[in-house]
Amino acid sequence: MGGRLEACFNRLRTEGRAGLFPFVTAGDPDLGFTRELLPLMTEAGADGFEIGVPFSDPLADGPTIQRSSMRSLAGGTRLNGVLEMVGEVRADIPDTPLVLMTYYNPIIAMGLAEFVRGAAQVGADAVIVPDLPPEEANAIVEIMHDYPLVPVFMLAPTSTQERIELVNDVGGGFIYYVGQMGVTGARDALDSDLGATLTRINRVKNRPVLVGFGIKTPEQAAEVAGHADGVIVGSALIDVMEAEASREDKMRAACDYIASLREGLDRSKTVS
Amino acid sequence: MSELVSRGRFGRFGGRYVPETLMPALDELEEAYEEARSDPAYHEELAYYLREFVGRPTPLYLAERLSDHLGVLRVYLKREDLCHTGAHKINNTLAQVLLARRLGKTRIIAETGAGQHGVATATAAALFGLDCDVYMGEEDIGRQSLNVFRMRLLGARVIPVTSGSKTLKDATNETLRDWTASVRTTHYIIGSVVGPHPFPEMIRDCQSVIGREAREQILGAEGRLPDACVACVGGGSNSIGLFHPFVDDEDVELIGVEAGGRGLDTEEHGASLTAGRVGVLHGCETFLLYDDDGQIIPAHSVSAGLDYPGVGPEHSHLKDTGRARYVTVEDHDALKAFQQLSVLEGIIPAFESAHAISYLDRLAEETREAGEMKTVVLCLSGRGDKDVHQAEGLLTEMLDDEDVR
Repeated sequence: MGGRLEACFNRLRTEGRAGLFPFVTAGDPDLGFTRELLPLMTEAGADGFEIGVPFSDPLADGPTIQRSSMRSLAGGTRLNGVLEMVGEVRADIPDTPLVLMTYYNPIIAMGLAEFVRGAAQVGADAVIVPDLPPEEANAIVEIMHDYPLVPVFMLAPTSTQERIELVNDVGGGFIYYVGQMGVTGARDALDSDLGATLTRINRVKNRPVLVGFGIKTPEQAAEVAGHADGVIVGSALIDVMEAEASREDKMRAACDYIASLREGLDRSKTVS
Repeated sequence: MSELVSRGRFGRFGGRYVPETLMPALDELEEAYEEARSDPAYHEELAYYLREFVGRPTPLYLAERLSDHLGVLRVYLKREDLCHTGAHKINNTLAQVLLARRLGKTRIIAETGAGQHGVATATAAALFGLDCDVYMGEEDIGRQSLNVFRMRLLGARVIPVTSGSKTLKDATNETLRDWTASVRTTHYIIGSVVGPHPFPEMIRDCQSVIGREAREQILGAEGRLPDACVACVGGGSNSIGLFHPFVDDEDVELIGVEAGGRGLDTEEHGASLTAGRVGVLHGCETFLLYDDDGQIIPAHSVSAGLDYPGVGPEHSHLKDTGRARYVTVEDHDALKAFQQLSVLEGIIPAFESAHAISYLDRLAEETREAGEMKTVVLCLSGRGDKDVHQAEGLLTEMLDDEDVR
């Protein structure tokens, strides 16, 4: 259960390194692009991926991921197609954890059981649903028990001690810590309370903590990694790709950016 | 201790489908509301402002010429259009601003479609000197420029929303995004009985003043309960406000009128209860308009206030249990009713309320066929001043062609 995630975090721990988990919107600009990009980013230093399923009303996301989702939807991306793509890319990166991130309504439309079965079948390792807190997740979590697929829940700067314990108890894989108030999007400065909240989480956690939302520079990634097991970088990566016109340039820019984050993370962990 | 139980359910609908960042705020709000609800001082304060500032109770007016025209219906209009700011929305915003003050929040945010809720929010915020930002879709800003100016005049900031379909649903997304970042200082006043728990329940309680008054008034006027209650349903706040106090009166039929837009055979309507399926949007599980992939389909209605692809979860429950029935009225018919009520009663209704008025024609036909007479309470949720400009373009042709007198 959760084999690839666990193996990945074990390896990172042994090597004394922080995990780097890029987020991409599947199908931006098309699924073939995403399919090609993930193995390249693995070579550039990514440890695992969050694969975003585009949704018409992404209320936890800022402008960058909204635009990215709209491009993907305009290109005709469907949840079925995303799962197919995951299955294909799985062959190229057999050991890399792949985490699906989707709002709840596309799952409802597909059917909970069919979604879970499909995601497990194509080799996804975990699912994050930003608008599905543990209180509402019983139905899907129960189905997941029968498959090698785990639910990942989020914590936020506002989370109380009770909620930290709750998410730690019911979640699987890792804890996704939302590093700042608000929606996704690259920020120039990190939340000043970040360290303090992570310390509270680290005291009780029994699984790794990845921090997402707002991380942009290698220095920020390194700073966050000082308090956590790894980072998730989404909007900043998409910004980098948006700035380029051709497919080749987008992929090259993405890989350069991932390599720079990798370097920043490794430098910090070696120093401390 | 947090339990792993979904809170705020109406049957299988409702719940709390929001990002983790908001969960503690919803707990806090629920607690504050429970406290306020059982505090006589809160009710006293609210009653004072509803009476002295809003002008409640609103009349229950027997529309004689309309009733004569319909023949078999005796129609009472619950005159929410006479509320300060011109619609029922103020019942909710006032109560919630009082709540925000109890919570110690200094800033108010809201989404708005037609602008009525935005104006009502800006008004309540001005009354207590709170900062107020209102998100409004660019499309709606174009349709309702007068309300945009009214909000600004009241000291609120109107923030245009350019994402998605640029209407109410997108304004709601944007307000939720703001709230995720600002929840420590800011109270979100949702404009309808939608959103995560406790909003649908709390807003229903605020709006139930409509039905409580109407129930007492009709008993006074007729000595008995009405045969039917009729109201338009977008998100569903005026309708749930009217329906709720009658839910246990099983002989009173509850009829919600949704926006049929350009017809249910097109994708251009707002009939989530009649033509939608169960899904999750904006924090609650309810009937929605979405495609086979779960992507939300933008709603359409001539009335900005009904232009929403979801509906309050309590309505979903009332539909599910059969306690209420939901019908649709198309744009064209709503416009005719808009004009009809103006001519027959000297009351220009909001486009939203005109949908409910229009349905009376069909109800009268049914009633006549059954050889019955019915007494009806209809929620005239708002006045049509805001729509006059849009109506001028749409109706001039119709006025030249037809004579509804």
